[in-house]
Amino acid sequence: MINIKLSKQVGTFAENKDIARRIRLEKILPALKKKQKVVLDFEGIDSTTQSFIHALISDLIRKYGTDVLSKISFKSCNPTIQKIITIVIDYMQESEY
Amino acid sequence: MKIHIPNSAFLGNIDPFLKSFDPTDTHHLTITANKKWISVHPVVLSMIASLGIRLKPSQIKCEKLTATSKHYLERMGIFKFLGVRSGITINEHEPAGRFIPLTQIKTSKELTDFIDEMTPLLHLKPKHAEPLRYIMSELVRNVLEHSLSRYGAIVSAQYHSKNNTIRVGIADTGVGVWQSMNKSHSPKNDLEAIRLALIPGITGTTKREGGTEFNAGAGLFFIKSIATVNRDFFMLYSGKAMFKLLKRKSASIKLNADPFKDRHSSQKTLPSWEGTIVGIDISLDTTQEFSLLLDLISQTYREAIKERKRARYKKPRFI
Repeated sequence: MINIKLSKQVGTFAENKDIARRIRLEKILPALKKKQKVVLDFEGIDSTTQSFIHALISDLIRKYGTDVLSKISFKSCNPTIQKIITIVIDYMQESEY
Repeated sequence: MKIHIPNSAFLGNIDPFLKSFDPTDTHHLTITANKKWISVHPVVLSMIASLGIRLKPSQIKCEKLTATSKHYLERMGIFKFLGVRSGITINEHEPAGRFIPLTQIKTSKELTDFIDEMTPLLHLKPKHAEPLRYIMSELVRNVLEHSLSRYGAIVSAQYHSKNNTIRVGIADTGVGVWQSMNKSHSPKNDLEAIRLALIPGITGTTKREGGTEFNAGAGLFFIKSIATVNRDFFMLYSGKAMFKLLKRKSASIKLNADPFKDRHSSQKTLPSWEGTIVGIDISLDTTQEFSLLLDLISQTYREAIKERKRARYKKPRFI
């Protein structure tokens, strides 16, 4: 299992999509390829944007299908972050991705 | 180009100002202003600054301002942006108020730094800071990713104590909404392009539902939703068209995926703005908890996708 502490890279407001994409490509994807489970740790982050979460995870659902969600956990998310993650996962599943 | 700063231009009454803008002769900018009083939304200043930044000071003619409120323009940094001398002196001991002067943002890193510095400047409580930084992030990232403007985004904001509102203006001189949307869709005019840009799940980067790995086509819908829920104005002007979300009157809150179903006004024969302008007001008295807003957005978004799926669904033809 790999624990990715996001606040180190994005600060308290996770909005930088370029960093989100980099984390996905450089950390999440390689871990998934090695069949590792991934924990995205939001400790220390007080808010985020839909665009950030989309850049972080939407392509994983597109590439691996919804099964990938059983390999990823979201840790220490406050209610706002939980809702934004849920919105992105919902619309990705509703869409034809 | 000619632009006249009127005595009053806020989102509610901005239409005459937009109609008076003369976009011809892009090598020169002439700025005139009301002689007695100037009270304008930051979006007006962001527009002027984004026009001026493309020109040399020698190509800009700014008449000497006589309005008693001219210090506002100096404080917001318009003359510094244009590289012209205002002749206005500011007494540094005067209270500066709560505002974000005109700022040019050209990179992702500059945006992140700007958002960090913005909240203390406006002295906001967390409840109010949350929607504001959300709006700034999404709108400016739209400019950086889609406008193709070498000048980036020009942003400014001002807190108005009289109605406890923060007014935000963001302007760019990039390709505009029609060209962005036309890469993957076929909007028949600027207003149709704006409509598409505001519908959740539609992005100029792909025809595909759900967007690309980098764009979902949801950012503007989120921002329009924040304005709807909080009963605020929201304006988007690009090309010859302008969409303006008007203040919600009914007590019940309903978010619409189609912006034309919202209480709004629109124009489609304005002087052409080569780029995109967004103005938004954030009333601090009516700001709802951000997480409540997200519940409404989630519900509307899901319904919109289902509705589009149903519209595409084909039944077998039995003959």
